[in-house]
Amino acid sequence: MSEATPAVEMRGIVMRFPGVLANDHVDFDLHAGEIHALLGENGAGKSTLMNVLAGMYRPESGTIRVHGRPADLRSPRDAIKCGIGMVHQHFMLVPSQTVTENILLGLDEPRFRMRLSYYEGRVAQLAQDFGLHVDPHCKVWQLSVGEQQRVEILKMLYRGANILIMDEPTAVLAPQEIEDLFRTLRGMVAEGKSIVFISHKLGEVMQIADRVTVLRKGRVTAAGLRPADTSPVEMARLMVGRTVLFRVEKEPQPPGEVVLAVENVSALNDRGLPALRSISFQVRAGEILGVAGVAGNGQPELAEVITGLRRCSTGQVLVQGKVISNHPARIAIDGGVGHIPEDRREVGTAPNLSITNNLILKSYRKAPIGKGLSIDQAKAEQYASGLKAQYEIVAPSVGTAVRFLSGGNLQRVILAREISEGPGLMIAMQPTRGLDVGAIEGVQRMLLELRRAGTAVLLVSEELDEITCMSDRVVVIYEGQIVGEIPGDACDAERDRIGLMMTGQHRDGAAQPGQQENEGEQSGGA
Amino acid sequence: MKGSRVVAPEAAVKRRAIFPWRVRAEPRIADVPHWLPPLVSLGALLLALVLGGIVLAVVGGDPLQTYGHMVKAAFGDVGVLSDTLTKATPILLCGLSCSLAFRAKLWNIGAEGQFFLGAWAASAVVLWPVLPATTPRVLMLLAMALAGFLGGAMWGFVPGVLKAKLNVNEVLTTLMMNYIAISWNNYFIFAKWSELGFQMSPKFPTSAWLPRLADYAQQVPLFAGLTTHLGLLVGLVAAGILWWVMYRSKWGFEIHLTGDNPKAARYAGINIARNTILVMMLSGGLAGLAGMSEISGVVHRLQGAISPGYGFTGIIVAWLAKLNPLAVVPVSILFGALILAGREIQPSGIAKLLQGIILFCLISSEVLLRYRIRVVQVQRG
Repeated sequence: MSEATPAVEMRGIVMRFPGVLANDHVDFDLHAGEIHALLGENGAGKSTLMNVLAGMYRPESGTIRVHGRPADLRSPRDAIKCGIGMVHQHFMLVPSQTVTENILLGLDEPRFRMRLSYYEGRVAQLAQDFGLHVDPHCKVWQLSVGEQQRVEILKMLYRGANILIMDEPTAVLAPQEIEDLFRTLRGMVAEGKSIVFISHKLGEVMQIADRVTVLRKGRVTAAGLRPADTSPVEMARLMVGRTVLFRVEKEPQPPGEVVLAVENVSALNDRGLPALRSISFQVRAGEILGVAGVAGNGQPELAEVITGLRRCSTGQVLVQGKVISNHPARIAIDGGVGHIPEDRREVGTAPNLSITNNLILKSYRKAPIGKGLSIDQAKAEQYASGLKAQYEIVAPSVGTAVRFLSGGNLQRVILAREISEGPGLMIAMQPTRGLDVGAIEGVQRMLLELRRAGTAVLLVSEELDEITCMSDRVVVIYEGQIVGEIPGDACDAERDRIGLMMTGQHRDGAAQPGQQENEGEQSGGA
Repeated sequence: MKGSRVVAPEAAVKRRAIFPWRVRAEPRIADVPHWLPPLVSLGALLLALVLGGIVLAVVGGDPLQTYGHMVKAAFGDVGVLSDTLTKATPILLCGLSCSLAFRAKLWNIGAEGQFFLGAWAASAVVLWPVLPATTPRVLMLLAMALAGFLGGAMWGFVPGVLKAKLNVNEVLTTLMMNYIAISWNNYFIFAKWSELGFQMSPKFPTSAWLPRLADYAQQVPLFAGLTTHLGLLVGLVAAGILWWVMYRSKWGFEIHLTGDNPKAARYAGINIARNTILVMMLSGGLAGLAGMSEISGVVHRLQGAISPGYGFTGIIVAWLAKLNPLAVVPVSILFGALILAGREIQPSGIAKLLQGIILFCLISSEVLLRYRIRVVQVQRG
């Protein structure tokens, strides 16, 4: 390890959000002139830790030293004074302004007269020095995502950052743009900058990082590993962990008829890029098919195609033999497809409507609640009260607006609505995300109850523990393709292989040498 | 590790309190009790009257006397009460028009233009002429009402389709279409249907007049000279039907849901584009009906000055009524009264000023429903 003073030393950082310990005494070192990857699952606390370093959050306790000097970072402004700049996952640019204007935004200079051409020259010079090709007088809305990212980097460099934090920079980029970004990052390190690279993609980390620190559930599981000294298997294990917290009882049961058939489905995401590439699979009655994968590999698009909310460009989706893809969402609903959406507040519920109205969100069309042109209010309330008691929704009354409900209660409203419809197929997207342990168990038990009742369940989750203990079969999705299938009872033994597939390191069928067990976990640095 | 400074939480920041009390707004995390919203609205109305009173006092008037005079001018006897209701009729229909659109979070601020188009289409039945002057009154009036509704609906359809298919901002399109409607109207009253070169159409034949109370003075002597016409009844019935549609029907549920969370509506399988167009058409149709009722019940001819901004007043009325069609009825009567009383007050701007203050207070009072206001003592470090 380098003898020189580290660029950044973070010691014993504790950061707590309501109900979550996001960083639990985390230590982190960044050496000058290195690319240091911060690896971990979603919610492991990577972004939180770096937001602390960038002055966005104030930690409960812990110390930060920058170039050996103690630093008190109260705001991003303080951080940039110490030479720390962060490029966020979601860009913070003004689309209608030019690149130069965006870079100058919020600075003390220029004061009044813009002298844009002078500053355009400076920006162009800076861009050239670091190989960040972007036209300084282009409007931001005209730029590609990759170019916008370059503007964000330039913004930080212009402010004198020599420590650059990149929060999941590749999540929004196309493969070619990723190559460009990596070239730029290497060039910047050669110029003496230090870079923190936040990612959950193993392959990229192996490719770009000089050292790696792995976080899991707010704690460091490995500090300052050199990619050369370790293996993807080892890293995947450090990242995903091996302990299964608890297990719900699942009785073996033979699957029935095919309920859901997805045939060669391809679809584009909201930005018009391919999200699904010719996916095929089937789910049978009374079977839970788990879809494992890291966020951003096409899972939401898959659920949307199956529920009729997104068009597919090729292929088709059949539910109980009937084509439902590229039809209005009503067809899927009437065809008995239940959907627990990923985003409870944005998609799954209407915040200012009452619990009753949210419970009849789909059933208002049918008897007994829908009657001719009208809705039978008494029946609706009776129905809602019944579900409220049955699903233990905690609220003063069924007239309460759902925006007042906690995440767990909100999820119960959604589950109550979707399950009570008696679906033949249930699409469960991240059904336990953000819930506490008790609520998680409740949700998992309800899904198993559905399975017992003969419903085909498609379970999409980023929690590998959940996938492995709930599913009868597991498929792994990576970059919009199914890269492998594992029987549910083999999941524990195949955990490392699943981890590798999730990070694109391994494909089913392809011979993959070097699967030797690497024991000896490294833990908690310093 | 020992030598470095521990980053302490906010407590370390010492700030001297100049004033030992602070007002803090905490978001409400539970349901608002049922009695609160009406109480807050009433309080806001009283506050508005007090503020208006201060303005009146500053300009040298006696607030109490002025208010007393205004009440008398609007509700003092059967005659002025009838005039108030006549004024309230187009406001009522325009208020209903806006309530429906706003419930779907479609910001239709084109009720004024839809009003004019409705008036024009109803006039066209008489002046084109679609039906001869000798047509029986019932048939003539039904044809005019239908034409008025369709004229307004067409003016709502265009922004509705643009919004649904191309996501064009309906605020801009409905606003701009107001100007088109008014100019369209002007073309006809200046050129096509101008009477002797005056900027108005000839008077309609009586078969095209909505019956007024005064028409029945022979049977009921009390009705002599009363201007209230059948349009009021149409408005009241429309308010009742619209209440049912918005609060009891399946379609009303879809609209409410779409307005609150379009993503959830899409997820629930609701055809948002179709509903957007339908809401805009029904909203425009109601405003168009207001236009028909005004020319057929009051003006009896097509001319330029048929609306002192009823369509825009409808926006305010809808907000004050919290988009509830039944509440639109009393609110529009209040605004009818303000318009009528405004004629009795000098300077004539006072009534408009009062309208503005009332709106301002009522909209600001929404904060009290969203937040709980607490006064807290600042702790000295």
